[in-house]
Amino acid sequence: MSFVEYSDFIQDGDVAILYLSHNNVMPVKVQQGAQTQTRYGVIRHSTDLIGQRYGSKVTCSKGWFHVLHPTPELWTVALPHRTQILYTTDIAFITMMLELKPGSIVCESGSGSLSHAILRTIAPTGHLHTVEFHQQRAEKVAEEFKEHRVDHLVTVRNQDVCKDGFGVTGVADAVFLDIPSPWDAVGHAKVAMKKHGGRLCSFSPCIEQVQKTCEALQDQGFEDISTTEVLLREHDVRTVSLPLPDFGPDPETTEEATPAAAPNHASITLKTTTLSREMPGHTGYLTFATKPRT
Amino acid sequence: MADNGDDDNQYRIKEGDYVVLKRGEIFKAVQIQPRKKVIFEKQWIFLDNAVGQLYSTTFEILSGGNLKPHELKDSASPLDAVEAGTDNRNIVDDGKSQKLTRDDIEALKEKGLKGQDIIKKLVDNHATFGDKTEYSQVKYIKKKKKKYENTVMILKPSCRILAMMYHGREPGKICHLRYDTLAQMLTLANIHAGSKVLVFETCAGLVLGSIMERMGGYGSVIQMYPGGGPVRAGVESFGFPAHFHDTLHEFPICHVNALLAGTLDTSAKDPTAENTDEKQLNLAAEKEQNQPEAEEQGTPEEESMETNTGDDAGQDVEKTEKDKLKEAKAQVKKLRLEEKQRRLAATAALLKGRNADGLVIASRFHPCPVLLGLLKFLSPSRPFVVYSQYIEPLVECFKKLRECGGTVNLRLTDTWMRHYQVLPDRTHPLLLMSGGGGYLLSGTTVATDHSKPAGSKQAEEPAPKRQKLEDTEG
Repeated sequence: MSFVEYSDFIQDGDVAILYLSHNNVMPVKVQQGAQTQTRYGVIRHSTDLIGQRYGSKVTCSKGWFHVLHPTPELWTVALPHRTQILYTTDIAFITMMLELKPGSIVCESGSGSLSHAILRTIAPTGHLHTVEFHQQRAEKVAEEFKEHRVDHLVTVRNQDVCKDGFGVTGVADAVFLDIPSPWDAVGHAKVAMKKHGGRLCSFSPCIEQVQKTCEALQDQGFEDISTTEVLLREHDVRTVSLPLPDFGPDPETTEEATPAAAPNHASITLKTTTLSREMPGHTGYLTFATKPRT
Repeated sequence: MADNGDDDNQYRIKEGDYVVLKRGEIFKAVQIQPRKKVIFEKQWIFLDNAVGQLYSTTFEILSGGNLKPHELKDSASPLDAVEAGTDNRNIVDDGKSQKLTRDDIEALKEKGLKGQDIIKKLVDNHATFGDKTEYSQVKYIKKKKKKYENTVMILKPSCRILAMMYHGREPGKICHLRYDTLAQMLTLANIHAGSKVLVFETCAGLVLGSIMERMGGYGSVIQMYPGGGPVRAGVESFGFPAHFHDTLHEFPICHVNALLAGTLDTSAKDPTAENTDEKQLNLAAEKEQNQPEAEEQGTPEEESMETNTGDDAGQDVEKTEKDKLKEAKAQVKKLRLEEKQRRLAATAALLKGRNADGLVIASRFHPCPVLLGLLKFLSPSRPFVVYSQYIEPLVECFKKLRECGGTVNLRLTDTWMRHYQVLPDRTHPLLLMSGGGGYLLSGTTVATDHSKPAGSKQAEEPAPKRQKLEDTEG
């Protein structure tokens, strides 16, 4: 198992994802002899997990669920939140707009859910340089990368990107910024990027941050500066039964009108979708730019 | 510095390269071919002068259609030394403010005046330009730049650029798949190097190419295709290195049922015969190439025979030549068919294990049967994504999957996308936005439970509690 390569059977030391129900997903570190409490009861790693196929069903005292192979998308939903994270919708858009692919060299500030998605995309020949200014978080995330068997693809640096940059020069194909003051990091981003150019993305919740960042990008000679936002709408599939009104017996009907179709039981059943009462209305603005050849 | 002069080579435009022409938000994918006229934004262009230049260079289109690298003149902007007004209360839009007529401007263009200079002339001849507010002046210049600057940028193709191009130019060819929806598909399906992905698409090859780009030449992509042959025109535009095509396989869906039932006859040749087949193929191809030459020149003996021994002998020689050519062609055809058969067997072998890592569907076909048919080829705990321009077919898929079981984490989604203009004191969303980009159904396969009888415990998860209406979860 690794976050960048599939395997078929669960092994000791793997990180597996317990799919308990829609939107209830739990990561678990598989260990010989260990046990995990779930809402459906206790699972014993040695018997219920180790040696089983990914995707198989696990039955507990109060119910059952499936065990899934980890993916960055499942990790995003399952991971313990240390800070506000990026969700799959934004991650997917960023991945395409930064033109990430196997072999890409990426610099990132503010690690977490996006890091895993990047690593999955740039493996096996790319590299991620990630900068985290909070020491504990930097240590925790380095640990996670190791557990998820992706540490060979990433370098974690505990420093302030706005003061000290990314720690590398002229190597990045893409830079991602998710920090409060991205305009202070634009210059450093430029230095980290390859001479012949690359792509940059900055994620900011506030429009003022976006304005300052766009100005900085322009001053530093970036091109194709554009700001976009993407939002996900989830549709709930439902079967609904809509009753039909009873206007009384139709005076124009002939004997063919079947008395058996009693009007007060008439209804039409249909499959349709509805939207939730509330939906995420904003995550952040995504600003993209291209660094030209310098 | 990590770069050196040698690296530059991979960033230089070469003859035969597939590139994308760009002006503003308009893109067009073309191939660099010598002395070939290409039309772009109502102009004929020759791309010859681009060869040897770096990608992302902006070129000026000279009269005659040739390209010249554009030099950015930092000369006086048309706005220098122009005063500005405070508001538009006194500006009357009577269409008479611009003194230059259309003919005047055409004449300037013909004289060879550069875009920048034409704009300066327009500003100079605008009666009320100085009354406009500063913002209005900037907007005016921007608009004129778009119209009169005669430049084109040549880009290296990428999924991002091609997806934007197709969506802007020919959305009908890609089932109106908006590029952010494509981005979601690639991520939700966990496309990554080394996996084995099944693709069924009728999006001119855009989806296929995008998947191949994200796999970087590692792993394998199997295109399931309807009809006679796989459509892949869009894949060419990506300009992948040759070895990427080794990872691309194809399989006709008309054989899917036979394959699943184990009754597909692929008549695979044994591996030892493979090499000789290829050698024979090459020999026959060479023969075919040599044949026309032989016919033209003839060996000295044959020539002398033709001239000296008279008609009959000459005709015999010709006949033998024709027969030889026919034979060679038939031989090549036979070997090509065998090669095709061999490929079919190889792809069938890849599919037979039913251990694919991902499934992506994006077509004009009704997605339900396609999905149900192809899901069988996936391992458990693997993602699948289905795109549809319309939501109803996906609602059906959703229902069917719930009934059959074998999948979890089903989501029916679409994305909303909006662009912004960001300028000091003028920041706002753009006035026009995309109405819709299609819908996605995504999920993950799980091990199918054969021990339980069909009737018990249908729902994968507890029913949501919040319903007060008379509807039923199904």
